[in-house]
Amino acid sequence: MSKTSRTVITMPDKAKRGEIIEIRAIAQHDMETGFRYDQTGKRIPRDIIRNFTCSYGGVEVFKADFYPGVGANPMVIFTTIATESGTLQFEWTGDDGYEALNQAQITVT
Amino acid sequence: MSAIQTKKNVGRRDWLTQALLLGVSFCLQPLLALAKKPEALEAIQKIIGSNALNEGKVKLVLPPLIENGNLVVLKVGVDNPMTEQNYVKAIHIIAEGNPLPNVFSAYLTPRSGTANITTRVRLAESQKVWAIAQLSDGSFWQSSVQTMVTTSACTEEP
Repeated sequence: MSKTSRTVITMPDKAKRGEIIEIRAIAQHDMETGFRYDQTGKRIPRDIIRNFTCSYGGVEVFKADFYPGVGANPMVIFTTIATESGTLQFEWTGDDGYEALNQAQITVT
Repeated sequence: MSAIQTKKNVGRRDWLTQALLLGVSFCLQPLLALAKKPEALEAIQKIIGSNALNEGKVKLVLPPLIENGNLVVLKVGVDNPMTEQNYVKAIHIIAEGNPLPNVFSAYLTPRSGTANITTRVRLAESQKVWAIAQLSDGSFWQSSVQTMVTTSACTEEP
């Protein structure tokens, strides 16, 4: 079963060419570690986001692997160089067919 | 008589070799003792392979006293230029006291501009956290922070 959730991208929509921009990406997710037990003593199965990628104009510029040690609603702040006007695409994939996609536009002058 | 003598000598030689090995292993101990827990050591070993792990370049920022291990803001930066020839390829975070020492791995490109990452992690107990950076030339750099965690991330009821 495929599932998805809300994601938020925070980044400037305008930048000068060659400027380093900061991107903040958050996905809504419990990040169930697989190390917790419920009241009946049964282990709660692991359910986390595994990968995050950011591509800029179709070129991958940043990638991250998440493990259970990443907190709920995983947030990652990273940087990239504004090279051209275009679309930045953000993708999250995880357990149980989790997939989330977000896009942001940037105008480079 | 001489046969016994030789045998005795061999025993002495073995003992000396072993004593020497023991001494050498004690000298190597600080290198291996970088990580307290065997799982963390294994995780680091998996990342760096047979390469040497150098101290420096990496700056890891974590609050020294953490009230709640569930959401800890972790900042990591690597003091290295980001050019096509020389850039930071990857940053790995290892927490030795977590049930799974691997926390986070980020893969950068020269287009990243800087090697600064901020994220939120879980910490199970007071422990040492490591940041290991891999540069494009294949060298590895590390830095660690000792943290105090008052509430663990793993004990809370769902």
